[in-house]
Amino acid sequence: MMQIFDVFLLEAVLNGLLLGGLLALLSLGLNLVFGVIDVVWICYAELIMVGMYAIYYLYAVFGWPLLLAMAAGVLLVAAAGAALHQFVIRPVLAAEPINQLLVTGGVLFFLQAAATLAFGIEFKNIGVSFPPIVVGDISFSMPRLISFGVALAGMLALYLFLKRSYLGTAIRAISQDRGIMPLMGVNPHRIFIITSALGGGLAGLAACLLVLQYDIHPAIGLSFGPITFLICVLGGLGNMAGGFVAAFIFAQFISVGGFFLAVEWGYVIAFVFFIAVMFWRPQGIWGSK
Amino acid sequence: MSIPAPKSSGGAMLRLEGVSAGYAGFQALFNVSLEVRPGESVAVIGPNGAGKTTLLRTVSKLIELSAGEILMEGRSLHAVPAHEVIALGIAQVPEGRRLFARLSVEENLKMGAFLPAARPRYTERLKFVYSLFPRLQERSSQIAGTLSGGEQQMCAIGRALMSGPKLLLLDEPSAGLAPVVVQSIFALVKRICAEGYTVLIVEQNIRQVLKVVDRAYLLETGRIKMDGPSAELLASDEIRKAYLGI
Ligand SMILES: Nc1ncnc2c1ncn2[C@@H]1O[C@H](COP(=O)(O)OP(=O)(O)O)[C@@H](O)[C@H]1O
Ligand SMILES: [Mg+2]
Repeated sequence: MMQIFDVFLLEAVLNGLLLGGLLALLSLGLNLVFGVIDVVWICYAELIMVGMYAIYYLYAVFGWPLLLAMAAGVLLVAAAGAALHQFVIRPVLAAEPINQLLVTGGVLFFLQAAATLAFGIEFKNIGVSFPPIVVGDISFSMPRLISFGVALAGMLALYLFLKRSYLGTAIRAISQDRGIMPLMGVNPHRIFIITSALGGGLAGLAACLLVLQYDIHPAIGLSFGPITFLICVLGGLGNMAGGFVAAFIFAQFISVGGFFLAVEWGYVIAFVFFIAVMFWRPQGIWGSK
Repeated sequence: MSIPAPKSSGGAMLRLEGVSAGYAGFQALFNVSLEVRPGESVAVIGPNGAGKTTLLRTVSKLIELSAGEILMEGRSLHAVPAHEVIALGIAQVPEGRRLFARLSVEENLKMGAFLPAARPRYTERLKFVYSLFPRLQERSSQIAGTLSGGEQQMCAIGRALMSGPKLLLLDEPSAGLAPVVVQSIFALVKRICAEGYTVLIVEQNIRQVLKVVDRAYLLETGRIKMDGPSAELLASDEIRKAYLGI
């Protein structure tokens, strides 16, 4: 058996921390949109897929510089988020939640099918590789380290924006009382479009980080969509701080559980933990209703 | 310190001409005409359900009118969307205060200054609002939902003042407050009028509000029944019998 202060366990914990940053970023956009607009984007991970394909084609096929391709990917998914609101969510804004789930679920299948038709089912990779970083006996994957840093920076920027700016304050206010926003001179529809573009932009940022680590294929949304959703629910849907903490808890279960058993077991333990929490607090650990 | 409310051109500041409005399948206002002149404080009094809130919501374009016209400084509000009304200098303190309960006091005030034209004067107006309501300054970082009723009303009025309005619409600022607090809220309304703001206030608390405003209109079941200087209404038999229980 391993000793508890095993250096490999430490490596697992640290890698879990890095994974946590990425998962926290993944949950952020979904939580933002739900917290403000009260609609769950079931197709959130498919927006990330769109971003990944965009970056792949711009960089690997059209030969754009990687950072430029990524910036374009973020903008494209931000525009997709705004369009999703304008054309899909807006018509059902007053409808039952189940109808809202169904339309965004429809967009999920549409995007998957469209990606299959347009790009085929084969796995694509941008083909950028980084050497692992070795510190003593511990090794880290460079893309994970980058993801962690970018995810934290992205979250900090969003926090400051929401906390300090007029627009950010309005975004927080509108979920509390939409009806009086016009009395403040705020056009609620405009705030929803901006929030959706931000949510899309965060999905685009996640796409930038994921293309560094994973192959792209039309069903890739399914490999991290559910976990993103579970993290949001675990932290209390719409609660960005809750989602942040939940992401790190989940990542430790996956990473450390995977270290003691196997990666698949790490996921099993994380999901068992999720189910246990749902019995204990159906609204999520930090949820309010 | 005080910031004088902006002066506006002569004639009526706000004028309603034959306004009818309501909700799906229900008419709440019938042919309502009234005016508020610059620097004046005017009340619309009437019992619960008379249509007072509907009247203010119509002025702020939160609901569409079905007939008639609303003019702000001679300009028709017909084509103005709700979120642009405040840019014309009309700020409303809505019924029930409607603060953003999970934002701090200062963040609520900041929302009142959301208008791009209001932002450069944020600090100056914040100082002014805090000078009117020192209590709000003490509680500036407190979450608005945890304020007392009277403090919430101050915060709601302060939020409306942050846009630097020409015309302040107040919807029953005394509702749901303890009698002592009601007194202080009316004293504040009087002070705001004295600062030079033009005020249109709707109230059920008829006796108190008539002591504060210059003129008033009596609204019953969506129709204007009487109007005149406050002292005149306060002395009229109709009001005394029906509303003051004398
Ligand atoms: N959202 C609404 N939908 C339908 N009817 C309403 C609505 N709000 C108010 N009413 C009706 O309009 C009338 C006037 O209401 P309101 O303007 O709130 O009166 P007041 O503010 O004088 O108490 C009342 O009969 C009320 O029932
Ligand atoms: Mg009312």
